[in-house]
Formats: sequence, structure tokens, C-alpha cells
Amino acid sequence: MGMTMTQKILAAHAGLPEVKAGQLIEADLDLVLGNDVTAPVAIGEMKKMNVDCVFCKDKIALVPDHFTPNKDIKSAELYKCVKDFAKENEITNYFETGRVGIEHALLPEKGLVVAGDVVIGADSHTCTYGALGAFSTGVGSTDMAAGMATGKAWFKVPSAIRFNLTGKPAKWVSGKDVILHIIGMIGVDGALYRSMEFVGDGIQYLSMDDRFAMTNMAIEAGGKNGIFPVDDLAIEYMKEHSTKEFTVYEADEDAEYDEEYTIDLSALRPTVAFPHLPENTKTIDEVGEVVIDQVVIGSCTNGRIDDMRIAAKVLEGRKVKDGVRCIVFPATQAIYLQSIEEGLIQTFIKAGCAVSTPTCGPCLGGHMGILAKGERAVATTNRNFVGRMGDPESEVYLSSPAVAAASAVTGKISGPEELGL
Amino acid sequence: MEAKGRVFKYGDNVDTDVIIPARYLNVPDAKELAKHCMEDIDVDFVKNVKEGDIIVADKNFGCGSSREHAPLSIKASGVSCVIAETFARIFYRNAINIGLPIIECPEAAKGIEAGDIVKVDFDSGMIYNETKGTQFKGQAFPEFMQKIIKAEGLINYINNK
Repeated sequence: MGMTMTQKILAAHAGLPEVKAGQLIEADLDLVLGNDVTAPVAIGEMKKMNVDCVFCKDKIALVPDHFTPNKDIKSAELYKCVKDFAKENEITNYFETGRVGIEHALLPEKGLVVAGDVVIGADSHTCTYGALGAFSTGVGSTDMAAGMATGKAWFKVPSAIRFNLTGKPAKWVSGKDVILHIIGMIGVDGALYRSMEFVGDGIQYLSMDDRFAMTNMAIEAGGKNGIFPVDDLAIEYMKEHSTKEFTVYEADEDAEYDEEYTIDLSALRPTVAFPHLPENTKTIDEVGEVVIDQVVIGSCTNGRIDDMRIAAKVLEGRKVKDGVRCIVFPATQAIYLQSIEEGLIQTFIKAGCAVSTPTCGPCLGGHMGILAKGERAVATTNRNFVGRMGDPESEVYLSSPAVAAASAVTGKISGPEELGL
Repeated sequence: MEAKGRVFKYGDNVDTDVIIPARYLNVPDAKELAKHCMEDIDVDFVKNVKEGDIIVADKNFGCGSSREHAPLSIKASGVSCVIAETFARIFYRNAINIGLPIIECPEAAKGIEAGDIVKVDFDSGMIYNETKGTQFKGQAFPEFMQKIIKAEGLINYINNK
């Protein structure tokens, strides 16, 4: 029986000729990731182990991006814990405030992940790197500790769901709309324990930033990982950003899938997930009148250059509605700088937006944009759980950058078409 | 090895943001975290939970973030076992890795109510609802995971290897 892309990558890293769904394996890791919230717990666990040092100082990435720039004294202690550990262990890929970015935008940009890699990260959105044809998945701090010490992790080989994407998406439909549509279709546990493999002629119309947004949210369907085949666009991206050698794995023709879906991208509309689950989706035509207090444009899902460009295109020459706060945070310093060079930041500031240094802050209700009781936000982030962005009685609506920017202008959930775009 | 206690019952998709909200994650200490466990969906949980109590929930328990603070806060609050129809995969892994007993059993999730006294035998996977006089067979762990649980977590398991 054939193997899926994910199964082939796992087999190669376990030193096995083949693996089957359900099999327990131990795989070699190409990269172990942690942030300022999860790494301190992992560092504490690693100290309990009978090891003197990390398995490889070049294969660990420590990215303090959650409560940074340090939001309070306790967060500053977490940051310092990560910093001291990085220094002690001479970690190559530790990123100080000012050079740091949101981890899942930063690592591909820095060329630290390429096709064929196996990556674990103590952050659930580690599944993002599947856009490059890597196997990557979120784990907890104890797994991170074990990974840092041994360079290995145990996995149950996942079965897979195949999403055959066809057609070309319409003007304002992005990767975010595609993944929200899929989560709306299969539910927040629709891909539980499984891989989500995205294939088909339609992927040629999805930019790398579209694909990163899609694999990023595989976890919101319960998936173990999301993955794309490696095409010319992905190869071009890796050559531009990385000097690492990459390996392209293709699914066997007779690979087995638990389920298969065909999705016509040309039929999709901008899509919004209503509170309090990413599966509560409606198309922009079905949203009705939802008045908002805040807009957040950024995050590991939608803080990349394409996202900044789309938001700026909508906000160009327009103003954020009176009484609405619009916060834009490019995901990395390179994206921030490019946004300045392209004049996007000027557009945001002239429109009345706050522009922030890269941080996960508002997405998880950490800092830099917290909601009061009863307030509503449209956000290009990935979760709209109860209390996610602040008070347990606040609400988060998930959307693409185009819908978020248009909503900032009208003060209610709106598509760009409402602005005549 | 067994657990016995009074049940706290929750529905589908209990996410890690409600198990332990991010606003408390600036402290990694499990006992501190436990002071806020479940507070966004059940403000009384922390007040009422006693050593040995059991959480029973429907599908996809622990979905969302990979924060190990979630199972750590549940364990530190005194909970002896979580029974659910299904668990989200990162939570499942984390619970095993830190030695919080969990067990998947759709029938038990349906047949147990808040306040019931429930006993779980981890060796056999049997779940007894002593209040209602019913019993359920939960899914036993594969041998590999049993070894991690017996070692009381992944770190000890690796240290012992």
C-alpha cells in the first residue's frame, strides 16, 4: 500500500522503508521550537533530565514572541529565562526583541525550515511549515524538552484527508477564506489526529502567504499537520530564503485517504468565523449587521507581506471609522521594513491605524489590543474562543485581511465590495 | 492504579484558552495556574474542586493551544482523571507526558452527569458510575504510552531508558 506525503517524511526520519497509519515511531528532528510562554516550562523539564546540553545548538529555535516586548515583570522573567538558557547552550537561533518576529512567519523567512524536514514546536501553530512540504506539528513543553535533549520525538503515524482544490479564487478570496471554508465544512475536530493534504490544480493560484495561512490553521480543524506538495513556487521561496538542502516527497498514487473532498475555489466567497469557534463560518453575504469596536490585522496566520499589501489596498485613501480601533502588526521585522519601503505603513497610519512591532500579543489576549466586556473585534488571527482576546464576554470574528480592513472603514463586518472595490 | 471522585461535567470543544486563559500564562508554576483553572467557563470550579475529583466532557476536550499549562493546571487543581468522548491531539500528548490520567470513552461521556461519583480502573480501562450503578469500558492505552504513564511522565521514561 502506498504512503501519503506525511507518512513518507516520517518513514524517512524514523529510518524505516515504510510506515502505516496508527504505527508508533520515533523520528529524528530537524528543528525544535519554543517561545517565551512554552520554552520556560520546557527548560524546567529539561533540567530534570540526565543530560548536560542540547542535542544540537543549531537545531533549536527560541523565539520570544508572545508577551514581547515584555508586557510586565512576570513576562520579563520568562523572557530572561529563555535568554539565559540560549546563552548557556549557545543556541544559534535565538532572536532578541528588535530582531524577533512571530515564530511561524520568522522561521520560513530565515530559511530554518525546508521541504522534507520534521519539526516540532511548543506552539500549536507549528503546523504552518507544511506549506513548504515539511512535516511540522505542535507539541507541549515536555515534548519540547525531550526534543531539545535527544533530537527525537515519538509520533503516532497519522492517516490523512485529501483536499482537492480546483479553479481560481475570485479577487478578494484568499487562503484564509479557503481554510475557514474547510473548517466550517468539517468542524473543529474534523481532522482530529490526521493530516490535511492540500492538492489539485487550484493550488497554483495560491501564493506562499495564502498557503502558510491555510496550513497554519490545520490545528483549528484538529489536524496533526497540514501539507502542500512542493511546486515551483515553493522551491523558489526556499531558494530565496534558505541555504539548507531540501527533499521533495510526493504522495504515492495508491496512498490511502480516510476522506477526500473536492473544493472549487472559484465558487468561494470571503468567509468569516463567528464566535466562539472557528467552525462557525458564514460567507460575507450572510453576516448581517455586526457592529465592531476593534480590528486586528496580523498574527502568524495573516501578518505576512501579501496580507499587508491587501489590507493597504483596501485602506488606501480611506479612514478607519470613528469609534473603531484598527491595530496592524506585521509578523516580522523584515515584513515591517518592506511595508515601510512599499509605503504600506504610511497608508495604515494615514487611515488612522495603530501599527505595532511584531508580537503575538492581541491574538491570544496577551497585550497590545485587549477587548473589554461586550466589545467585538474582527481579526485576521486564528482563534475566536471564549475570552481569547480579552474579557470572557467579548467576541472575536475571524476573517481575511481584506474583510478586516474593509470592516475597519465601515465599523461593521464588511467585504471590500461594499467599498466599491 | 485507580481514581475515584465527584464529577465536573462539560460539553464539546472545551479549549485550552478556557482551561487556563492566556492572561495567566506569565507564570509557569502549576499551583499558581490552578487558581484560575476553568474560570472562563466555570467560575465555581476552583472553589468546589477537591482532591481526586474527575472531569467528564464530550468531544474534542483540550482543543486549541499547545500550552502544557492546561493539563498542568488541571492536575494541580487535584483532578485525578479526565474522561472524554475524544481529546484534541496536543492535549492528549501533553496529558500523557506530564502524567495526568485521561481516558477516551464516548459511552461514559454520555452516561455520567455532574455530581456523580465515578471510579476509574486504569489497568482494565473500566469506568464505574457508582451513583447510577452503571459501568463502561474505556479505551486502554497502547503499551508504549502505558510505559510513559507508569514512569509518571516522559522525562522519567527517558531518564530510565
